[in-house]
Amino acid sequence: MTAIYLLIAVSFLVAVAFLGAFIWSIRSGQYDDDYAPSVRMLKDNTRKTSEYQTSQESSK
Amino acid sequence: MTQAETFHYDNTTARNFTVATIVWGVIALLVGILIAFQLVFPEWNVASWLTFGRLRALHTNGAIFAFVGNAIFAGVYYSLQRLLKARMASDFLSKVHFWGWQLIILSAVVTLPLGITSSKEYAELQWPIDIAIALVWVIFGVNMFWTILKRRERHLYVAIWFYIATFVTVAVLHIVNNLALPVGFLNSYSIFAGVQDALVQWWYGHNAVAFFLTTPVLGLMYYFVPKAANRPVYSYRLSIIHFWALIFIYIWAGPHHLLYTSLPDWAQSLGTVFSIMLIFPSWGGMLNGLLTLRGAWDKVRDSAVLKFFVVAITAYGMSTLEGPLLSLKNLNAIAHYTDWIPAHVHVGTLGWNGFLIFGMIYWLMPKMYRTSLFSEKLANAHFWIGTLGIVLWVVPMYVSGFTQSLMWKEFNPDGTLVYGNFLETVTQLIPLYLTRAIGGSLYVTGMILMVVNVVRTVRSGSFMAQEEASALPLAKSFGKPKGEYWHRWIERKPVQLMIWSTVVILIGGIIEIVPTIMVKSNVPTIESVKPYTALELEGRDLYIREGCNACHSQMVRPFRSEVARYGDYSKAGEFVYDHPFLWGSKRTGPDLHRVGGKYPHSWHYNHMLEPTSMSPGSIMPTYEWLFTDALDTTATKAKLSAMVSLGVPYREGYVDSANYYLHAQASQIAEELEGQLDGTQVSPRQEIVALIAYLQRLGQDIKPEYEPAQSTVAPAPTVAEK
Repeated sequence: MTAIYLLIAVSFLVAVAFLGAFIWSIRSGQYDDDYAPSVRMLKDNTRKTSEYQTSQESSK
Repeated sequence: MTQAETFHYDNTTARNFTVATIVWGVIALLVGILIAFQLVFPEWNVASWLTFGRLRALHTNGAIFAFVGNAIFAGVYYSLQRLLKARMASDFLSKVHFWGWQLIILSAVVTLPLGITSSKEYAELQWPIDIAIALVWVIFGVNMFWTILKRRERHLYVAIWFYIATFVTVAVLHIVNNLALPVGFLNSYSIFAGVQDALVQWWYGHNAVAFFLTTPVLGLMYYFVPKAANRPVYSYRLSIIHFWALIFIYIWAGPHHLLYTSLPDWAQSLGTVFSIMLIFPSWGGMLNGLLTLRGAWDKVRDSAVLKFFVVAITAYGMSTLEGPLLSLKNLNAIAHYTDWIPAHVHVGTLGWNGFLIFGMIYWLMPKMYRTSLFSEKLANAHFWIGTLGIVLWVVPMYVSGFTQSLMWKEFNPDGTLVYGNFLETVTQLIPLYLTRAIGGSLYVTGMILMVVNVVRTVRSGSFMAQEEASALPLAKSFGKPKGEYWHRWIERKPVQLMIWSTVVILIGGIIEIVPTIMVKSNVPTIESVKPYTALELEGRDLYIREGCNACHSQMVRPFRSEVARYGDYSKAGEFVYDHPFLWGSKRTGPDLHRVGGKYPHSWHYNHMLEPTSMSPGSIMPTYEWLFTDALDTTATKAKLSAMVSLGVPYREGYVDSANYYLHAQASQIAEELEGQLDGTQVSPRQEIVALIAYLQRLGQDIKPEYEPAQSTVAPAPTVAEK
């Protein structure tokens, strides 16, 4: 059953790494705002696409 | 005032991965159709490299790593740049990643049909390719993290969290599960044996589903569904909970693949408990995805992209409810080894993965080619044909799974099995296998429509390799109340506090578990279990090469129906020399763990040459080449030495004279065969002889009457010597 020591140890390390990431994410303010990111991702601020879209819309 | 920076997104890599997704997807699924039909028409196994046992691995690897893999990369390379407002850090690394991944897939296409396999499911590729995978994976990771460092958007959108978890976990899983000792360039033995190897394999196998087919695809869902619906995700907070809860729980669920096997009970229970817990984050995520479309259901009626997404997310919900239920021991006792499992898997792959990818492609390609989709009608046709294909695939397999399981377990009043001949439980299913194959064909037909649609779309548009964008650079320092202890922040937010405590509870639980494991009581050794002889080991390698474990298990569960059919149930101590383990996960044919000594050599000889001669109606392929090809014994000694390095206690003289012993046993079996077959000439050099030696050894060691063919270990000291 030695493999399970390895697996538990590895799983544990992965879990701890994620825990670290979780703590970091909170401390660095990642989740201070849990609304704006969901809206912000909808906007691409790309020039070509928006130009293309406006030109398409105006041609309709 | 800070000036906005102008930069360009790289669409070429995303486009290339999208094209690769389509090409490999069609190929991988065509192979799937072929093997589905081979179960109905066994004569379609026309050549050694086109047999079910070898092609099954090509289908699964192709579907997972070529189809879904390329799609993940396409989606990541497209969305990551836009979410971070930064171009991918290195075009060179992007190129190396793309071409490296395609070369790995090509090498799989060559090696798997040649029977070059490690036998471990979804990790069949041999060690040189495994190393290449690790390297390319790291290149992907470097490119991703480098881009994250160069980002112009402070916040990491939830999709990126899913991508990061995918990268980290897949790297760890891949490395641990593929730890093997190479024997030459194209062969290797897992460093783990028996129960341990099984546990490592399913720890990997389940997490391949979790962290390759689920988390990255959820990342894609959180990007492409809001984009396509043009509305924010239902609850961003829920998506954060979904993420952290899911990754914490998923990694422990693997042992549910080994319920009722020789794996210690406590490990089985651990897997079950975590699997049940998984319902909650999974359904939270599913609802979050579906509710994103609240108030936009009218768009679903018109948009093929959203239709694909809705069915994909629904399929995600169905398979993540079914999976935990299948982890319950009572349900697992019925479903394991039957067609129920492929049905469950294909709801996830065809429904969740496939449909999410199709939706993504239909949305992405017109965008990158600055045009609109060639035909929305054709895409809708793809959607309906594909949906019908999934239904025709999975419904017959659910029926088949139940039929099979009930037939295996049915007893006569006098205590004998009603279907004592396993073959009766196979021939019963053939119409269902045919329906499944038709369902799969429909699904691929839908994909062909997509190919046409995409090609026409590409022709009508012009590719935008560089997409110009502008954003403010990231401010150097990030404002946060100075001196505030981070925990104060959590305390202000009850939801985060809840997650945080859950994490602590989980980890606390694990710390409690570890000492329990330290009690050494798990794999009891059995004195009569001895290492394989040289010939048997070579036979075992042939068993692996032909992929016998794709259809035959080697694990008799402790049920009355199985003991009555196969013999004594399997014990952990019987597998201690099995590098790798060969328990299998599916019984298209009967279990083979107790097949040793059940039939005379001649039965196996005739059966492998023409299965229907011994079992009329059998759907097993014929294996003529085992009768014409001579066994390659050049590496026999190296193989035994590798086993010794892995701790198999061969006596010294045995390894040194491996070829002598091999030939001695082969000659004996050939002679016995000639006697039984009266008249047929059998050369001891034929591969079939080695395979028979292995089959006749299976499950024999614990039988008191069994006489090993050769003594592979030093004789135990006599009482006087002690």
